Amino acid sequence: MTDRYDAIVVGGGHNGLVCAALLAKAGKQVLVLEANDQVGGAAVTREFIDGFAVSACAHLLYQLQPSVRKDLKLSPKLAAENMTTVVLDEKGEHIRIRGNSVLGVSDADAESYRGFHKRMTRFADLLRTYLNKSPPRLGTHDRRDLSTLGRLAFDVRRLGKTQMREFLRLIGMNIHDEVNERFESSLLKGALSLDAVLGTHLGPRSPNTIMTYLYRLAGDHGRIASPTGGMGSISDELAHAAREAGVTIRTGMPVSRIVIANGRVSGVETESGERFDSMTVISNADPKRTIIDLVGARHVETGFTHRIHHLRMRGNAAKLHLALDELPTIDGLERKDYAERLLIAPDEHYVERAFNPAKYGESSPDPVLEITIPSFRDSKLAPPGKHVMSAVVQYAPYDRKGGWTDAARQQFESATIRTIERYAPDIAQRIIASELLTPADIEREFHITGGHWHHGELTLDQFLFVRPVCSAAQYRMPVDGLYLCGAGAHPGGGVSGAAGRNAARAILQREKAA
Amino acid sequence: MTIQEVHQGRLRTPFFSRISALDTVNQWHEWKGYSSADTLYCEDTEYFAIRNATAVFDLTPMTKYRITGPETAAYINRLVTRDMDKIKPGRVAYAVWCDDRGQVIDDGTIFHLKEGEYRLCSQERHFAWLQAAAIGFDVSIKEETADIAALAVQGPTSFSVLSKMGLDGLAELKPFGLMNFDFDGADLMVSRTGFTGDLGYELWIEPAKAELLWDALFEAGKLHGIRAMGTHALELARIEAGYLAAYHDFLPADATVRTGRTRSPLELGLDWLVDFKKPNFNGRRALAEEKRRGSTWRLVKLDIEGNKAAHHSYIFAKEKGNKSEIGFVTSAAWSPVCKQNIAIGTVRTPHGKVGSTVWVEIYYQREMHWARAMAKATVFDKPFWFPPRRSATPPGPY
Repeated sequence: MTDRYDAIVVGGGHNGLVCAALLAKAGKQVLVLEANDQVGGAAVTREFIDGFAVSACAHLLYQLQPSVRKDLKLSPKLAAENMTTVVLDEKGEHIRIRGNSVLGVSDADAESYRGFHKRMTRFADLLRTYLNKSPPRLGTHDRRDLSTLGRLAFDVRRLGKTQMREFLRLIGMNIHDEVNERFESSLLKGALSLDAVLGTHLGPRSPNTIMTYLYRLAGDHGRIASPTGGMGSISDELAHAAREAGVTIRTGMPVSRIVIANGRVSGVETESGERFDSMTVISNADPKRTIIDLVGARHVETGFTHRIHHLRMRGNAAKLHLALDELPTIDGLERKDYAERLLIAPDEHYVERAFNPAKYGESSPDPVLEITIPSFRDSKLAPPGKHVMSAVVQYAPYDRKGGWTDAARQQFESATIRTIERYAPDIAQRIIASELLTPADIEREFHITGGHWHHGELTLDQFLFVRPVCSAAQYRMPVDGLYLCGAGAHPGGGVSGAAGRNAARAILQREKAA
Repeated sequence: MTIQEVHQGRLRTPFFSRISALDTVNQWHEWKGYSSADTLYCEDTEYFAIRNATAVFDLTPMTKYRITGPETAAYINRLVTRDMDKIKPGRVAYAVWCDDRGQVIDDGTIFHLKEGEYRLCSQERHFAWLQAAAIGFDVSIKEETADIAALAVQGPTSFSVLSKMGLDGLAELKPFGLMNFDFDGADLMVSRTGFTGDLGYELWIEPAKAELLWDALFEAGKLHGIRAMGTHALELARIEAGYLAAYHDFLPADATVRTGRTRSPLELGLDWLVDFKKPNFNGRRALAEEKRRGSTWRLVKLDIEGNKAAHHSYIFAKEKGNKSEIGFVTSAAWSPVCKQNIAIGTVRTPHGKVGSTVWVEIYYQREMHWARAMAKATVFDKPFWFPPRRSATPPGPY
């Protein structure tokens, strides 16, 4: 049995849904095939034990792009719109960061932070313009490419001499050096370090960590939101918008291969053997899975395969979900603070030391954490009076030496609970059930190679013109009819929808040109 | 832990003892880590052995890879531009391979040893590229340069020499064919291939039997004018045959920095090796685009007036006026056997159509003083030297 569509999207992650919806709005017959039983990819809400639900992978919203909201008329319900970051202190002297203000540090630090935030936001705004555009190709004489490049150069120059110099100084630099130049508070330095390395295989002393920090700010000036009903609600809304536009979405349909005939895409085949025909296939899967597994190296060329094969995408962030019978006690925390984003990153050296073992394939004995208790503001996520905790825990290297055996998982989970205990001594007694998702689990459950959030490390050599790899950064892959629309394409990860939107626009533009 | 002895300096091939015993001029160069003779007696004598008798060349240093595994056929077909499905076991194919931009990395010969097993021979080393090309294929690639001793036995009497050596049935071997013989209990593979454009064979054997093979060969060839030769004579022969050499007539794309200095197979006159009917091979997209838009360069074989070899000459469209420069010569020689002044060059399209006339600027020295001549040249597309004996099966008993 075969069915013919104008376009098939492989994977119903949020970017896949955005892309599908926009293509359908342009009059295309679009089919989305999702391997899991619910759409959303890594942006889903699911119960991990009876009565306790949680955003299974991505849990905070940094950057759902206004252009995506507008194009698809989305109005996501948010439980929290602009969360405060509380950096936990063992003695209860926590600091609170929100926007350009930081409370609980010296006046000098508070002042310094205002300047730092202003500068960083300005640089991030520069990046932001380019998040919602297809990156220009280098070395062509195409008018659009040249004008985008010229515009980029102009935008950098327009920062002014001093700021341009500062931007160019910072862009390849590490966050550790920068925060040490500016601040004295260990907690503040720890928090900024963590923000820069969250979801990467990088430590605060790794080059490029200013860029990852800017990327985080670029979405929405660093404003952090939490959707009501968990991240899945965003995906549900996107799926709804897609269906309204006429997209056919089929779940529980893992695609086993993208069919290539006579050197071009001709459709997809699912694991159950069903065939769907289309001259356009858009993959929401990561570049490695798309090219090496679904298309097959033999259908593309060696240099390209080699670059895709060498994409750095080793996930290092684990997800820990705890079902709690009541809120844990954290010394010095006001009740309303439990609604906020809590960080365990006591200083910048602590973050780097947490990263050290990961370089050698071992997990951190003293990990860093980003904790939220979503049930605090969104009571439907847990039974009455009870709570769920959702935490990103680093570092848990994907390719852990000896593999992620039960003992290894147990060891990492215990280390994490012990770390939380330093701030919330009663945490262990509060736990009803727990779930740990290592990058290996994330790979299995969400079909992301290496379990890497961003579908590929966000570093200068895998960014903008060269994301995922050079000569294939414009969503179009070097097989006729094949496109990429996921986080592995420009601009990268995070629930932003930018990659999906840019891909849809690239496809429509190409059609118009043909 | 023991530290193994490491070879210092240049390696010696398994034939070194025999070649150095014949050597009279002590003129060697380095070839991929090995000592290789430029010439052993006199370049001309060695050259005339190729054309009139039998010349033996030690090609052990040539890079050799063994490619095995269930998916070798698909792998090779994606690697090279020509359709390798047509090359059955027991056959050899000349092939080029390109990068993603359709630029030639190298050329070489691919031996289909048996079903699913190939040997790739080339001038340059390509392990990294072959490995990169193996991503997603169930194949294994082994460098076997040092594991095989190889000799080229080339010239009109080569068939007689090998027959006398006891290789029964060799008469049936067609050009680009393979045969295996027993030699002193070892497997001796003989291929009807070579780099001279003449009747000739290449012999492949395990290194332990190398000296024995050499001795048997020279014993059999005693009355057939057999001689060992060095690379200088071979170089002249390969230009006459119109064969390309890396670093002379093209640059390996993976070792070239400047854009525009590499060449596509279409620009090297190797269109016949590019099979667009294959849905995918390395460089296909770029080459299809080049075919559509037209190539920038064209390879030309030149028959030049006069007798002064046009080494490194500029090629002009017109006799007068330096503005009409269209390319340059990449290999040149006075061909003794053709009695022609020949060259291989590269010119910008649309220049250099077959049969057209171009002008070659030749500088030459006469007792220290330099002189310049503009020589008229005609563009050829056939090899300069292509004797019927090269492809005659069975070959004649010269």
